Amino acid sequence: MTPFATHAPYAHAWGSIGDIMHKVMLALLPATLFAFWSFGWPAFWLWLVTVASAAGWEAACVWLAGKRIKPKLLDRSAMLTGWLLALSLPPWAPWWVGVVGSFIAIVLSKQVFGGLGCNPFNPAMVARVALLISFPVTMTQWVSALPLLPGQSVDFLQGLQITFGGIPMLDGVASASVLGGIKTELSKVGHLPALDSLFTAWQSTLGLRAGSLGESSAVLILLGGIWLTRHYIIGWRIPLSMLAGVLVPAVLFWLINPQHYASPLVHMLSGGLWLGAFFIATDPVTSPTSNAGQVIFGLGCGLLTYLIRSWGGYPEGVAFAVLLMNAVTPLIERATPPRIYGRNREGKPLEAKA
Amino acid sequence: MRVPLIDRLFDLLDRAAHWGVHPDYRKEPAASRLIGKLPLPPMLYLPLVQHAGAPARAIVKVGDAVLAGQLLAEAGGTISAPIHAPAAGVVEAIGPLPAPHPSGLAVETITLRVTGSEHIDYAVCNDPFALTPEELARRVEAAGVVGMGGATFPSAPKLHLGRRMAVHTLVINGGECEPYLSCDDRLMQERADGVLEGVRLIATMIGAGRILIGIEDNKPIACKAMQQAAEHFPNISVQSVPTRYPMGSGEQLMTWLTGQELPAGARMASIGVLVHNVGTAYAVHRAIRFGEPLTHRIVTVAGNAVRQPRNLEVPIGTPASALVEFCGGLTEEPLRLVMGGPMMGLALPSLDVPVIKGSSGVLALTAAECNETEEEDCIRCGSCAHVCPLHLLPLDMAASVRAGDLEGAAKLGLEDCLTCGACSYICPAHLPLSHYFDFAKGERWANEQSQRQTDMIREMTEAKRERLAREAAERRAELMRRKAEADAAKQKEKTL
Repeated sequence: MTPFATHAPYAHAWGSIGDIMHKVMLALLPATLFAFWSFGWPAFWLWLVTVASAAGWEAACVWLAGKRIKPKLLDRSAMLTGWLLALSLPPWAPWWVGVVGSFIAIVLSKQVFGGLGCNPFNPAMVARVALLISFPVTMTQWVSALPLLPGQSVDFLQGLQITFGGIPMLDGVASASVLGGIKTELSKVGHLPALDSLFTAWQSTLGLRAGSLGESSAVLILLGGIWLTRHYIIGWRIPLSMLAGVLVPAVLFWLINPQHYASPLVHMLSGGLWLGAFFIATDPVTSPTSNAGQVIFGLGCGLLTYLIRSWGGYPEGVAFAVLLMNAVTPLIERATPPRIYGRNREGKPLEAKA
Repeated sequence: MRVPLIDRLFDLLDRAAHWGVHPDYRKEPAASRLIGKLPLPPMLYLPLVQHAGAPARAIVKVGDAVLAGQLLAEAGGTISAPIHAPAAGVVEAIGPLPAPHPSGLAVETITLRVTGSEHIDYAVCNDPFALTPEELARRVEAAGVVGMGGATFPSAPKLHLGRRMAVHTLVINGGECEPYLSCDDRLMQERADGVLEGVRLIATMIGAGRILIGIEDNKPIACKAMQQAAEHFPNISVQSVPTRYPMGSGEQLMTWLTGQELPAGARMASIGVLVHNVGTAYAVHRAIRFGEPLTHRIVTVAGNAVRQPRNLEVPIGTPASALVEFCGGLTEEPLRLVMGGPMMGLALPSLDVPVIKGSSGVLALTAAECNETEEEDCIRCGSCAHVCPLHLLPLDMAASVRAGDLEGAAKLGLEDCLTCGACSYICPAHLPLSHYFDFAKGERWANEQSQRQTDMIREMTEAKRERLAREAAERRAELMRRKAEADAAKQKEKTL
């Protein structure tokens, strides 16, 4: 029999941290496969390099800390971070972007804080923002979607060359993302461009447009997200309030001045909003646990996203918004503790009423 | 600073909050088998600590011959309970022996060699409702009845309290939310009338007009039986409550049935409610109607390592090994032997410990059932906060305890924690959360004790110093006085 110093309960639910990460990855799979299909082999290679190097950096850190590597890798949190980072990169980015990015994510924004569960900021988003600021050109070279159909896309070898060989991007496939295009045009001519060339709602819904890997298909991301809420991996409060945080101001300002502010449809279907709402902002480590706190957090993420998109220096604001809200998460937690049974909100016992 | 409107908004968001877990209940096959009767074992071991409060005091000596039902040990204080002989026999020894006690230490135990089942004359009462509430409570007290749900709080003080505090509602707990256990379920199915009489007797004793009986909806037959038994009593309502752990916790069931919330740190009686377990009600019925002291109880013997799980009515003091043997023995080496339910029960070092008044189950659990795995890192998923019946934040409390900040944990509501184990059960990182909290409560208690001791020593030292100073001053004054007297005498002599 095992050593005796134990404590109830002697029954435990099935499941582990690894299972949770596993389910999140499973939920990401459809959108990721679709991204491979629409952006071709380079997207796949970039994803593979990022995920593998994330696991490598994690193993290195765990080894340096003198802990056992296997259980830490088996919880698959590093791979998930790498996966999310890969989804936020331009699909044809060179391999070193993935390696440097996963170094920033795993080593600089997770392990130095003490590893899983101790990081104040979402590691994948820290890495994306750091890359965007450090390599602005590489990080904004979008390609238009080239479905992996015979004759349309780059083949296997070309894909390898694009990711690993440093082949400069072909001019014919370069394209602006919707939000990037809006920002450029707005600064040039002062009003919204005709969006026909950049944006059609159905294309965005399906995901056939220029952008990072994970900005691809809103529908598939949503399906994955709903599946996760059904499995109680994420709650509905953060995603819904984040979407509302973008939608409400988008509708308001568009009604005030449709010449200057992009339509709510553009805002809802562009950029990494869906990925951010269902997979990034819901990271339990860096978001509040209380119900009220989650709603505040989600609304904050959404509003900041809209704010940055509309008036900030960058076309896309999801990563910045989530990081900013991560920073205030401890404050939100302190302000919104759940009311304890038998106590009022201040923590004083309720009055006895017979 | 608090803004009422925002508070109301938060309340609204909180109200959607759910609590509780749905463990694998595994109540079958024991729950569908009739209660068996365990034959008298050759030896009975009766620990003097079988209840919350002061230990009982043995009144028999080694070598004494006793009859079944005879008093062996009297209550050791106001919160205590007497212990009676479950069978006729000879007292073999009185001394420390292993017992189901959280300390894991040996407990003073009366060892009884069983010689037969001859019993003392029980004072049968044919019309218990003609007795005064005081007389009823006195008889319950004399019968050594304690809370049979597991907390083993002596029943009599609660009954006296009820009369003093104007209790209007009696809640009867038939929740039995712990997995595996079905002793209350079988009791309600097979002896509903006895349980119901006990319920009515308790209500008479505490003067409660309204009686609510809550039974989890995974026990439909027991619920039906109780409803039938309660048919002719309009003040008794038998209600089916959702199956959810820990619904059988007194506070949770009471809140579910009455809608009232128990203020933190307050007694149930302060809001006009008392909660008793169905097993306790049955023991009250036996004590009043048949004059029998509490010497037997129903125990669920279960777990995948037990060959034929079932419920047994056993004499208190029977070694757990006798129960398991009667159920066909073990099929494999169990990982854990547990007394009580798996969520809040006590792990046993071996089966050589006796069944006591609060033992609702004897479980032999295999490794697959326990599912004990290595600890991982907390990712703040919030599952523990989600399932906590009190809406505490176990993850933050655990972080405080791990950092050694016990006061921080206390501010988060550590002392409110029921240690129900729902958080530990659900935690995907397999953190032993309820173990942390029990540890922290114990540490805080020990700190408080030692603080109190230090304070006392300081007070005593100060008092001693004061006393010594006073005595010295008195001595000096005396000396001065004597000297003055002597001087005066001398002076007188001189002048003479």
